[in-house]
Amino acid sequence: MNCPECDATIKIPDDASVGEIVSCPDCGADFEIASKNGAVCELKHAEKVGEDWGE
Amino acid sequence: MPKVRIVFDRVRLEEKMLEQKAIELGHDTKMIDAKTTQFTTESKKNDYDFGDVVLERCVSYFRGLHFTAALEFLDIPVLNRTEVANNCGNKMITSLLLKKHNVPTPKTYFSFSSEAAVETLEKEGYPLVIKPIIGSWGRGVIPLRDRETADAIIEVRELNDGALDRIYYLQEMINRPPRDIRAITVGDQLIAAMYRTSTGGFKTNIALGAEPIACDITKDLEDICIKASKAVGGGILGIDVMEDEKRGFVVHEVNNTVEFKGMAKVAKKNIPKEMIDYAISYAKR
Repeated sequence: MNCPECDATIKIPDDASVGEIVSCPDCGADFEIASKNGAVCELKHAEKVGEDWGE
Repeated sequence: MPKVRIVFDRVRLEEKMLEQKAIELGHDTKMIDAKTTQFTTESKKNDYDFGDVVLERCVSYFRGLHFTAALEFLDIPVLNRTEVANNCGNKMITSLLLKKHNVPTPKTYFSFSSEAAVETLEKEGYPLVIKPIIGSWGRGVIPLRDRETADAIIEVRELNDGALDRIYYLQEMINRPPRDIRAITVGDQLIAAMYRTSTGGFKTNIALGAEPIACDITKDLEDICIKASKAVGGGILGIDVMEDEKRGFVVHEVNNTVEFKGMAKVAKKNIPKEMIDYAISYAKR
């Protein structure tokens, strides 16, 4: 996958699942795996940590 | 075959561990993204595939709380219940319930304006610990050791002017070792406990780098944790306990969507298995 921000290559582990977060090694942007069909993933910008996040 | 559903908004290691264990146990298991699920007042249980029981595991408290309310509207068994999520998600309500049910807990002061908060600090003296009533991972938990610090923190709150910033939650500083205890209760059982030792600062959250160390489950610890669990309504909970030099154990927080990746490293029991087994038994009630 290429980073939607900087076009660097983002390696997505085979066992990664929808809802997991991946980070671009070059620009550091965080993306959520929105869908996964075999090796083809759709990425969307990850939500920022919210005030109400946690346990 | 029991059907287990895990509702998430961000998949952490905990959600993966729960999914994997449920599959290993032979349950029909599915992950459901709260962010892409919709409800209406006309929604019916059969419109969805929420299985026999749902584990609500959203990292966003308010998202999880409201999603749970929708599930209960559809008569779907969900852990934890809306009432429990509400009781745990708001520290003021948690403190009130703990005290009401005679669970030893730090003395806590509630003020509803900055002026009243300053008055409490001047009257009771320093230090007191200020905490946001909603929030986790130790964020915004600050020891107020003098007037200057208190004024600065209160000024920042006034500048932010969030609805919840107007509720001031000030707690006595407990004389304790530089650690606290995180315990996990599942129903009426305390299944695991660990010490969280500070890495040098005031806070002991694993999210901030505190080191997990196994903690023996004593009768006293079990008793206070189960009592705390019942006080907020029960379910699958993370109980935070401090060791007060004079009073012994005091419970300061109860967590609704407990994280356990740190605890799993030191626990004797398999935490995801305990949670899934409990969820299945809960669904059969």
